Amino acid sequence: MASFGRVFRLAFGACALLLVIMAAPASAQQVNPTASSVKEQQLLQELDRIQGRVSIPDQRSGVLEQPQGREWREFRNVTLRWIGGVAIIGMLAVLVIFYLTRGMVRLDSGRSGRTIVRFTLVERFVHWMTAICFIILAISGLNITFGRPLLLPLVGLEAFSEWSQWAKYAHNYLSFPFTVGVVLIFLMWIAGNIPNKVDVEWIKRGGGIVGHDHPPAQRFNAGQKMIYWIVVIGGGLVAATGYELMFPFYVTGIEGMQIAQIVHSVVAVLFVAAMIAHVYIGTIGMEGAFEAMGSGDVDLNWAREHHSLWLDEQRARTGPNDKEPQPATAAAE
Amino acid sequence: MARMKFLCDADRCIECNACVTACKNEHEVPWGINRRRVVTINDGKPGERSVTMACMHCTDAPCAAVCPVNCFYTTADGVVLHSKDLCIGCGYCFYACPFGAPQYPKVGNFGSRGKMDKCTYCAGGPEADGSQEEYEKYGANRLAEGKLPLCAEMCSTKSLLAGDGEIIAKIYRERVMTRGYGSGAWGWKTAYRETIES
Repeated sequence: MASFGRVFRLAFGACALLLVIMAAPASAQQVNPTASSVKEQQLLQELDRIQGRVSIPDQRSGVLEQPQGREWREFRNVTLRWIGGVAIIGMLAVLVIFYLTRGMVRLDSGRSGRTIVRFTLVERFVHWMTAICFIILAISGLNITFGRPLLLPLVGLEAFSEWSQWAKYAHNYLSFPFTVGVVLIFLMWIAGNIPNKVDVEWIKRGGGIVGHDHPPAQRFNAGQKMIYWIVVIGGGLVAATGYELMFPFYVTGIEGMQIAQIVHSVVAVLFVAAMIAHVYIGTIGMEGAFEAMGSGDVDLNWAREHHSLWLDEQRARTGPNDKEPQPATAAAE
Repeated sequence: MARMKFLCDADRCIECNACVTACKNEHEVPWGINRRRVVTINDGKPGERSVTMACMHCTDAPCAAVCPVNCFYTTADGVVLHSKDLCIGCGYCFYACPFGAPQYPKVGNFGSRGKMDKCTYCAGGPEADGSQEEYEKYGANRLAEGKLPLCAEMCSTKSLLAGDGEIIAKIYRERVMTRGYGSGAWGWKTAYRETIES
């Protein structure tokens, strides 16, 4: 047994030696000088992107590879279109159904023929400046997301590109007066838009939109306060992210811009949906409401039905009831 | 028809930047734009590696998918090109591109970026092949003359390969077999959803 073991060991040793001799020249030929160098997949797994040094002046081009654009593409082409489509078409559908069932919210007591100042010229100017900018920003923005599948096949490549080019300029430049408008709205109406107990009562009673109730409200009811905060917070978000995209690389790199675009577009489509509801209630949704932002004067009965506490406050300021405040005197206040 | 691709054999790239210079000169690329660049990872440290990168002319290109005005098109050779007449300079392709290929002549000028510029695989644009108009907008159209992209043609170590994807993959595979190692085709998995097994 012992001799068999010795023979086996000898044979094994000889084989091993032979292998080493044979392998040695082969491995000498195949020395991999870059064996320790970085590998693509390993880098992508570790860092999610590959970055290095470049000798050209554009240091941003040092990012070699960042496959996250794939997820952003999925968001931009699929997710965003769903969010936007559902939000905007959904809102339109709800409003159409609401209008057909509830109809216009009428003045229950009819018109008194006497008016009271609701918004001054400055307030109306700020409102309409922001509103006009918003409409153009919304259309030009929706064009970027929905134009290619919806409008491009109808007008052709050249015409669509021409229109989109102007829409983009409008989008970029009108962002400035829009931002100014949002800031002014924030400062101008903040006093009347802090939520309080009256709002809880107003919401509990359905705001008078559902049913025919007229819950008391101050200058701005809970619904209007909601619109105010949507404009201030939503407007602030779209402005901040929009400027980030307008000035590439000033704040963040590409991945930051992808996130900025996601926030910008999601907030924007929800903003558009909310503003459609705002336009509805301010026009065909409620009798006498448009006058507030139109001429600035609302009917006393409208004020009594929709903003009773505000009317009481105004009357207390301007004296006895038999001397209703007239536009001229109230505006001078 | 061939399916044109780029392949950088990163084991051979010596960061000479000849491809970068050749490209700039051949197409008279404006200041501030580099259609091709060489990136050195771990520069000066153990494990350093240089890779030359430009537009990879992706399969199912993300730039083309996200473009709001549909200004991109893929040629019969699989080259991804765009029309500067249709481009509105919105920047979306540059958010989507994994390789940082799209660039703009103006940066941060109130969003007026100008028309996007990127590697054309030396294949010009939608204008007539070899026309002055095409040259001014996109640079030389070497492909129409039966030549390959200049960056790869004049690569000093033949690290950068351009041509039909199957042929350059075969050349690369042979190299890997002969020398016994290879770091894979950089960017191929992202651009073409395939790698070259070595």
